[in-house]
Amino acid sequence: MWAMIVKEFRQVRRDRRTLAMMIVLPIVLLVVLGYAASFDVPTITVAAAGPQAGSISRLLRPPFDVVTAAPDQGRDWAQNQLRDGKADVAVVTGGAGPAVLIDGSQLFAARATQAALADLEQKVGTAAAAGPVAAVKPAAGVKPAAGADPAVSILYNPDLNTSDIMIPGLAGVVLVFIGTIITSLGVVRERQSGTLEQLAVMPLRPRDVYLGKIVPYFAVAAVDLAIVLTVGIVIFGVPFRGSAAVFGLGALLFLFVTLGIGVLISSVSQNQGQAIQLAVMTMLPQVLLSGLIFPLSSIAVGVRWIAYLLPLTYFNEISKGVMLRAEPLGPLWLPFTCLAVLSVVVVTLATLRFRRFLAPSRVRSA
Amino acid sequence: MTGPSHGIGTGPGLDHGPGGWGGTEVSVRYDQGMALDHVSFRANAGQVTAVVGGDGAGKTTLLRVLAGALAPGSGVVHRPGARQTGYLPAGSGIYPDLTVAENLAFRAAGYGLSAAVARERTAEYLDRAGLAEARDRLAGQLSGGMRQKLGVIAAMLPQPELLVLDEPTTGVDPVSRSGLWWLIARAAAAGSAVVLATSYLDEAERAAWVLALEGGRELAAGTPDEIVAAVPGTLRLVTARPGGDAGRRAWRRGGRWRVWEGPGPSGSGVSPGNTASHPGQHSGPDEVITPDLQDAVTIAVLARELEMAGGTA
Repeated sequence: MWAMIVKEFRQVRRDRRTLAMMIVLPIVLLVVLGYAASFDVPTITVAAAGPQAGSISRLLRPPFDVVTAAPDQGRDWAQNQLRDGKADVAVVTGGAGPAVLIDGSQLFAARATQAALADLEQKVGTAAAAGPVAAVKPAAGVKPAAGADPAVSILYNPDLNTSDIMIPGLAGVVLVFIGTIITSLGVVRERQSGTLEQLAVMPLRPRDVYLGKIVPYFAVAAVDLAIVLTVGIVIFGVPFRGSAAVFGLGALLFLFVTLGIGVLISSVSQNQGQAIQLAVMTMLPQVLLSGLIFPLSSIAVGVRWIAYLLPLTYFNEISKGVMLRAEPLGPLWLPFTCLAVLSVVVVTLATLRFRRFLAPSRVRSA
Repeated sequence: MTGPSHGIGTGPGLDHGPGGWGGTEVSVRYDQGMALDHVSFRANAGQVTAVVGGDGAGKTTLLRVLAGALAPGSGVVHRPGARQTGYLPAGSGIYPDLTVAENLAFRAAGYGLSAAVARERTAEYLDRAGLAEARDRLAGQLSGGMRQKLGVIAAMLPQPELLVLDEPTTGVDPVSRSGLWWLIARAAAAGSAVVLATSYLDEAERAAWVLALEGGRELAAGTPDEIVAAVPGTLRLVTARPGGDAGRRAWRRGGRWRVWEGPGPSGSGVSPGNTASHPGQHSGPDEVITPDLQDAVTIAVLARELEMAGGTA
C-alpha cells in the first residue's frame, strides 16, 4: 500500500495543473460563491405609468426603486417595460385605479415584491396602500397574486413556478455541457490517440478540421436543446410564448461561444482528464453566476462582473425573455450583442489555437 | 566513418526539386537537447530509404520533419505538398473507434480521392494486406500487426510521391513484418519515394539507401553495401568476451562475440597509443568475418563513442 501511496503522490506532484486546481480552485470557488450565494433581492426596480406616476415615485421606498416614470403612458407601456426586462414591477395609475404588475419571470424579485407590498400595506395602512391595491381586472394569462390584493397581478409566470424559470436556463446548461465538455474531449482525444499529428500533415485546412470537429456537436446540441424544450413544454408545462427564430438565433450564437470554449480548452489540455477539469471550471461559474440559480442583482458587485463575462448569463436572459415574456429581438439587443462579441472573440481565439496546433510543431532553432 | 555523400543518382523523384525530397543541414533542438544536428538526407522516387538508429537517435524527429509535422529549427526540407505526402506516425494515426473501412474512407476523403478511386484502392489494398475480412472490424480491436498494416495502407492510399513511415514493423510478428515489407516494396515499385524508420537493421538491408543516426547526428549514410564497405579495421568472431580494452570493442550477437579491431596501430581505430588487443586475449578460437549492415552500424557507434571518449580505449 505504501508503494501505491508514494506512486500516487509522485504522479500528483508532477501533474502541476491538477495539483494547482486541487488546492487553488476550492479557495477561489468558496470566495466567489460565498459572495454570489444569495437569494435576497436588495432592490426591486419599478416602472411607473399614468397620471400619478410622479407621486408613485415619491411614495415608494426601498427596496423599491422607480427607474422610470411615464405619466403619459398606460398599461401597455408598463407591461412592455416588464417584458423587455427594464423593471421588475410596474405600477399603472389612472382609470379605475392603480394596478401593480409583477414580472413573474424574475422569480425572486417577484416574491420579494409580494413580501414588500404586504409589509407596505401593514405599515402605511389603508390610505397609503389604497393606490397600488386598487382593483383591476386580471389580464388574460395573468393571475392575481395569492395572498395579496387582487390589484396586484403577476405576469409571465403567474403561479411563480420554479420550473418555468429554470427550464429555459437549463436548456443553456445542456448546451454548455455539450458545447464545452464534449467538444473539449473530442479534440483532445485526437491528441492522446496520436491522430492529431496525422491530421496535421493531411491536406486539410485548419478551418475544415475545426468546423468538421464542431459541426457534429453542434447538431447533437441542437437535438438536445429541442428535446429539453419539448420535455419542458410537454411535461413541465413551461410556456414558449415568443419567437422560435429569435430563440434559435440566440441558441446559435451561444453554441458558437460554448463550442469555441470547448476547442480552446482542448487546445491547452494534454489529456482528457485535464480537459474535463478545465471544462468543469468554466461550467461551474456559468451555472452558479449566470442568474440561473441566484438572481444577478443578489450577487455582490465585486463578483457580479464575472457574470457579465459568461455566455450563459446572456443566453439565460434571451431564453427567459423569449419563452416566458415573448420578448422580441429589439429589446434583447444587449444580450445578443454581448453573445455576438463573445462568440467572435472565442471562435477567433479557438481558430487561432487550432491553427497553431495543426501547424508543424515548432522547436527552438539550433 | 561516414559513408558516401547523399547524392545517389537521379530518378523520377528528382523532378520535384533540385535536390529531390529530403533535407539539407536540418537541425532540431528540443528542451532536452539536440534531436537532429545538421543532418542531410534524401529520398528518391521508386526507392526505399531506411533511417536507422537506436532509441533517441533522432529517427522519429527526422521523419516528422520530412512529413511536415515538425518545423526544423534550421536547415532546408524539400517535400511535396501535403496531398502528395503519405505519413504513418509513430502511433499509427489510426482511429481505434472507427472500423478499418471507415478509417480508410476518412483518409481517402481527406486526400480528396473520388469515391470510385477510393473504393477501388481500398479493396485492392485491403486484399493485398490481408485485411479484407477485417474491413468492418473496429481498428482498436485489431492485433498490433494488423493495425500497423492498416496504418501503412492508409498512408499509401493516396499513392503519394513521398511515403513516410515511422517504424512500421516495430512490435509486429515476423509474418506481418513480411506482409508489411511487401506492401512497402509495392509502394516503391509504384513510384513513391519511401522513407521509413526502423530499429531492425536486417530490414534496413532491403533499402536502397540507409541513413544511420546516433544522438541526432549522422553516423553513416549510403547504400547498405557502401556502408559495410566503409567499415575500417577487422571484425573477429570469438566465443567469449575478451578482457582488457578489447572488451570495450566487443558485443554479443547470437551465441558469440564480435570484436572490432580498428585500422590504427592500437586497433581502436581512433588514435594511436591505445593498448593493443591481440588474439591471445580472446577466449577460444577466433575468425575474421565480413561485417553486415548491423555490424557496420555497431562499429560506427563504437568508433564515435571512442572518439568522444578521447581515444582512450
